[in-house]
Amino acid sequence: MKTRRLDNYGKINRDKILSFRWDKKNYKGFEGDTLASALLANNIGIVGRSFKYHRPRGIFSSGVEESGALVTIGSKDRRDPNVRATTQELYNGLEASGQNAFPNVNFDLAGINNYLGRFFAAGFYYKTFMGIPPFEWGRGTAIWMFFEKFIRKAAGMGSASELPDPDSYEHAHDFCDLIVVGSGPAGVAAAIEAAEKKLDVILVEQDSLVGGDQLAENNFDNSQIKNQLENLGIKIMTRTTAFGLYDNCVVGLLERVTDHISAPNVNIPRQRFWTIRAKHIIVGAGAIERHIAFNNNDIPGVMTVNASKHYLNRYGVLTGKRIAIATNNDSVYETAQQLSEAGANVTVLDSRTNFEIETNKCFEIRKGYVPYNINGSKKIHSLDVSKSENMNKSETINCDQVLLSGGWSPAVHLLSHRGVRPKWDYSNACFLPSDSKENITMVGSSRGLWNKNDCIASGIAGTTDALNRLGISKTNYFFPKPGGWKNPIQPLYEVKYKKSRSKSFVDYQHDVTTDDVRLAHREGFISVEHLKRYTTLGMANDQGKMGNIIGLSLMAELLKKEIPEVGTTVFRPPYTSVSIGALSGRNVGKHFRPLRVTPMHQWNIDNGAKMIEVGLYQRPWYYPKENETLSDSYIREASTVRKTVGICDITSLGKIAIQGPDSTEFLNRIYSNGFSKLQVGKARYGIMLRDDGIVMDDGTSWRLAENEYFMTTSTGEAAKVMSWLEELLQTRWTDLNVNVTSVSEQWAGVSVAGPKSREVLNNCVDDSLVITNNNLPFMGVTSTFLKGNIPCRIARISFSGELAFEVYVKSDFANTMMDLLWENAKKYDGCLYGLEALGALRVEKGHVTAAELDGRVTIDDAGLSKMASTKKSYIGSAMRKRGVLKNNDREILVGFFPTNLKETFNAGTIVCEKNNIKGQGIGRITSVTYSPELGHWIGLGFVKGGLDKWKDTNLVGADPVRNKQMNLKVVSPHMIDPKGERMYA
Amino acid sequence: MIRINCPYCGERDHSEFSYGGDATINYPSLDASEKEWTEAIFFRKNIKGFQFETWHHSNGCRMWLVVERSTVTHEIKSVKPCHPNLQKVVENNK
Ligand SMILES: [Zn+2]
Repeated sequence: MKTRRLDNYGKINRDKILSFRWDKKNYKGFEGDTLASALLANNIGIVGRSFKYHRPRGIFSSGVEESGALVTIGSKDRRDPNVRATTQELYNGLEASGQNAFPNVNFDLAGINNYLGRFFAAGFYYKTFMGIPPFEWGRGTAIWMFFEKFIRKAAGMGSASELPDPDSYEHAHDFCDLIVVGSGPAGVAAAIEAAEKKLDVILVEQDSLVGGDQLAENNFDNSQIKNQLENLGIKIMTRTTAFGLYDNCVVGLLERVTDHISAPNVNIPRQRFWTIRAKHIIVGAGAIERHIAFNNNDIPGVMTVNASKHYLNRYGVLTGKRIAIATNNDSVYETAQQLSEAGANVTVLDSRTNFEIETNKCFEIRKGYVPYNINGSKKIHSLDVSKSENMNKSETINCDQVLLSGGWSPAVHLLSHRGVRPKWDYSNACFLPSDSKENITMVGSSRGLWNKNDCIASGIAGTTDALNRLGISKTNYFFPKPGGWKNPIQPLYEVKYKKSRSKSFVDYQHDVTTDDVRLAHREGFISVEHLKRYTTLGMANDQGKMGNIIGLSLMAELLKKEIPEVGTTVFRPPYTSVSIGALSGRNVGKHFRPLRVTPMHQWNIDNGAKMIEVGLYQRPWYYPKENETLSDSYIREASTVRKTVGICDITSLGKIAIQGPDSTEFLNRIYSNGFSKLQVGKARYGIMLRDDGIVMDDGTSWRLAENEYFMTTSTGEAAKVMSWLEELLQTRWTDLNVNVTSVSEQWAGVSVAGPKSREVLNNCVDDSLVITNNNLPFMGVTSTFLKGNIPCRIARISFSGELAFEVYVKSDFANTMMDLLWENAKKYDGCLYGLEALGALRVEKGHVTAAELDGRVTIDDAGLSKMASTKKSYIGSAMRKRGVLKNNDREILVGFFPTNLKETFNAGTIVCEKNNIKGQGIGRITSVTYSPELGHWIGLGFVKGGLDKWKDTNLVGADPVRNKQMNLKVVSPHMIDPKGERMYA
Repeated sequence: MIRINCPYCGERDHSEFSYGGDATINYPSLDASEKEWTEAIFFRKNIKGFQFETWHHSNGCRMWLVVERSTVTHEIKSVKPCHPNLQKVVENNK
């Protein structure tokens, strides 16, 4: 193929020369070029190698349907594979390379696959490597897994960068009355009509310029249209693809903000992911020209007819000198005329015999002729043609380019996203969109209109339809009838020539041939969806935009059915690919999830805390001194709490204010234990069950006044409990006068625990009398003041089993409280302790947390039967002993000691009987810690039948994940101070 | 994307809401039998078409809503507060 840039053609800016690199060599293009047009202008015909056979591939199209010119753009951390050269705008310094070839696309060693073609037919890999049944070799899957990486490499697409993406992406949102997809004649007419009727309109165009297919017209000037649209206040979004339609007229857009700029401003995102909420959607997405299947129809130099028109009129590139055009419809003749006027020698082969067409007679028309074979390998030498009714009468035409037009497929993809199946139209040989019940209207050639005036009329009709559906007008309208050519199209999908063993391609990128479709049929894959998966037809980057209909027609022929009976595959979003970066937007790195910190977060860090993530919260994990490790540190912290005093940030607990005259009744219904007699000034530990009788959460509720409670929940369940309480009050118990308010962020909480905790607090409160054992007994609550007139709430609650207090102040006072407590704790050789020590202390005491209350555990399983009131009914009471929940071999909470006290074990260990180590065993270990008090490792967990059954039995802890096993014994979960004497001190 | 017209906040994306469940269940009294509770909790119709369901405007006004939604098309016919008193307030403000 010999191409050249013509002086008097194209809308490129010849004053602005751009340098770019292709496969490590320097070339030049102009502003306004795409990479494809610049490559063509530089006479580069081979731009890639095909997926399986590594055949040389050229540029097939000028748009998003491209399935040949998929290239890699950029390098290192900005390496972007599988980019369509046809839609990539050229910029200065652009670096691009061919894919799927070694050492390069011109000389590819794997091209040998082309000669081994019969081994690489559809399903070859699956049959050879995956299909080996286990009973033959016993290792079919293993063989596949071994070979997979080599096969994937050989059959690879371009490879993505494995480095972190240096670019930023953004999520954006907008609203409008009407969104119009596509800025061709139909879309523009619709947008203008709507804006004149005062609708708020967004017009989306995937190209860099508005105009649609008019950009392929000679002398088309789009600036006038642009001005008109802008003057009407229409928001024009170019370089933006509507990739998907969703419920309620929501449209997903991908805006390519800087992909066309050589050195983008680092403060601007590379791409924006838009969510548009519209009231009506008009789709004028155009139509896509199909190719024709025949032998060697993939040789570089093959292109759609319309693409060559684009290259000529938009980019000033004449794509061939001696051009053969093969067609079955009228759409090619304008292009043929323009190509010949531009200096090419053109021959049109039209499969139809009876038709009339007006031309300038500068080119030859051969009626009733079809192409059946291209001669050449890296470029076209000649085309074998014959009479369509008599394949024996053949001749050869010398040419350097073959342009194909097998008809046009309206882009019904977006409507298909909404589950609307297109219907086959025999007279136009294409699928046409069906009507949608949703507010979506198809206009222009995407509803099968082939001429411009019809497209414009349909745009105006589309907007009238929108206005009617939105209740703004009640105007009659009609859409022009599909079609618009003078002579009818004659279906032509494949030209068969039986003598040859060459390949005839349906899907260029995935190397799906007509023989593959026939093979699939022979092997029984006759459903369209099976055909697609078995041959991978339509599964490449272009998603079958060009080849699907050809595959469908072949299957119809084999099944002796009509195309609509065979069906069509459903198109799903995205229309064209969306980068992962755009999907994640700014939710990357530290912004991947929201971060929650307590008001004393900085205080904790300043005082040496190492932090850990618990859900979204950052919590102090441990406070190492000098060179202490995690375990040195938490063991010291836990022993200090037991010996003197420790301070721990517990702000992450959920906190809910419960207020109103029916608060007591409310709590009495949601907690399994009684709350009706809780006095003002007292707190109670409570358990909430779900409707189905399983434990949901535990926590405490403090009665601050007659009608006011302060509830705490576990950190992880805080949001769930809040929603649950709201649900009960708003949906089930609407007669209760109770108000619930989340106050988790309003209060900062700290636990002061250990035998010296009261002494420390004495120094911190205004009036130490309020916290004496008499005035503040175990589970007592008081509202008082810390020194400095800081209002606070103190409750004598213990999670560690020691004498302990929970102190809450308003969040603004958190740091002051910490300073005050810490200053005084130091006087008693106290410590700050983190989550690890907190865990050790509670495991020693046998207190359950989320590790135990995992949504499968009943109150009885958790050893908390005493917490289940028998005097009242409550949520879950009717269900907590249903069916299997009352079996007596359920797993019950116990403690575990290693038999040899020097041994350790891990959470997740499976507990088994000695001579029966298999399956799920008889129990599991959920939490473990080193117990400073006992001097060895201990665990909490569950075992079938509980302590009573296994008290003196030697059991085995199996830890297959860590390849460990140890002997265990079951003990009471209350491993220290079982009577709780310390708490009451 | 489903868009739900919250009577208090206006039309919002479904991502602001959390799905509850069947809004037509009459939960039995707390002292009702295990059988009655089993029916209420576990037995659900699998409706094709419009159904009443609860949604919680969890990232908004925190109101629990009854939404009449088609399980086939996601079309929403009506949205109102679950709590009868809030329903009245909404009616009075129309
Ligand atoms: Zn709301």
